[in-house]
Amino acid sequence: MAEFNITDSVDITDVNCPITFVKTKVALEELDDGDILEVRLNDGEPVQNVPRSLKEEGHKVLELTQNDDGTYRLIVQKVGD
Amino acid sequence: MAFTNEQLERYSRHIILKEVGAKGQKKLSQAKVLIIGAGGLGAPAALYLAAAGVGTIGIVDADEVDLSNLQRQVIHATADIGKPKVQSAKETMEAINPDVTVNTYHTFVTSENVLDLIKDYDFILDGTDNFPAKFLINDACVMAKKPFSHAGIIRFKGQLMTYVPGQGPCYRCVFKNPPPKDAVPTCKQAGVIGAMGGVIGSLQAMEAVKYIVGAGDLLTGYLLTFDALKMEWHKIKLPSDTSKCAVCGDHPTITELVDYEQAECDMKK
Repeated sequence: MAEFNITDSVDITDVNCPITFVKTKVALEELDDGDILEVRLNDGEPVQNVPRSLKEEGHKVLELTQNDDGTYRLIVQKVGD
Repeated sequence: MAFTNEQLERYSRHIILKEVGAKGQKKLSQAKVLIIGAGGLGAPAALYLAAAGVGTIGIVDADEVDLSNLQRQVIHATADIGKPKVQSAKETMEAINPDVTVNTYHTFVTSENVLDLIKDYDFILDGTDNFPAKFLINDACVMAKKPFSHAGIIRFKGQLMTYVPGQGPCYRCVFKNPPPKDAVPTCKQAGVIGAMGGVIGSLQAMEAVKYIVGAGDLLTGYLLTFDALKMEWHKIKLPSDTSKCAVCGDHPTITELVDYEQAECDMKK
């Protein structure tokens, strides 16, 4: 697993669509261009939709890995300000 | 200001939009919009702006809710008859969204009070039903350098345009002076289809929201007209030379606000 210089983390396992993406987006808006956000998310709909929505907004999805507890870890780099 | 989870959910459909985002939603929550007239246009505009989370909404109207209003003024209910429209509008807006602060002004707009009414607001919506008020609001917004949305509705027709200081013509650039008294029927005499207020008033709210979040192009320099019977829209490009306008031109001849005479049947009681 690559090491990233993570600027901030957000946990979206406690919310459902579309708040999953909304919380991720709000966290990203606080960051600067090039900063890296770590997102903890659930399997299923969040894993399917959140990375795709982030890409649609122009951000760079660097990595998506499964955690030991069944949740996922998404690493996204902010593009733009 | 950070959003609560409840606010994230309430405004999620806005925040998801690339053109709005959390930044745009914050701008909305910090914005102040004044709606002049709580009638056919102001009612839908007020509902959408409150729902959108515009932080401070001012509403100006001297009238009380009347049975004949309810066919189109959707912010008021049957039980509100007799209540000041501004009070009824405030109650509905607050019921939709407790995040919103509503300031009420139970008065007509006049040359005496209009500058004071608009001074604390970022964007003004003209939802009035008569030419004297429309020219007064235009002139005051030009003088105070305030952006505003003009709109008018009658029968099956509606129109609107947006004025932003320095970015195009004002209402007076296009329409010069009010028509002679009684030359043009008011919507009371002529009638108006209820949903027309919904169409045009919602577009006014749309312009206010776009102005606040800075998304897209406004109706500056254009008049948008709608004919519901033909279902035809026209976006008419207005002359860009504003230099000769009596109020926003290079050498304005109107430097004080004017209260034009109002058609008699418009004055209540």
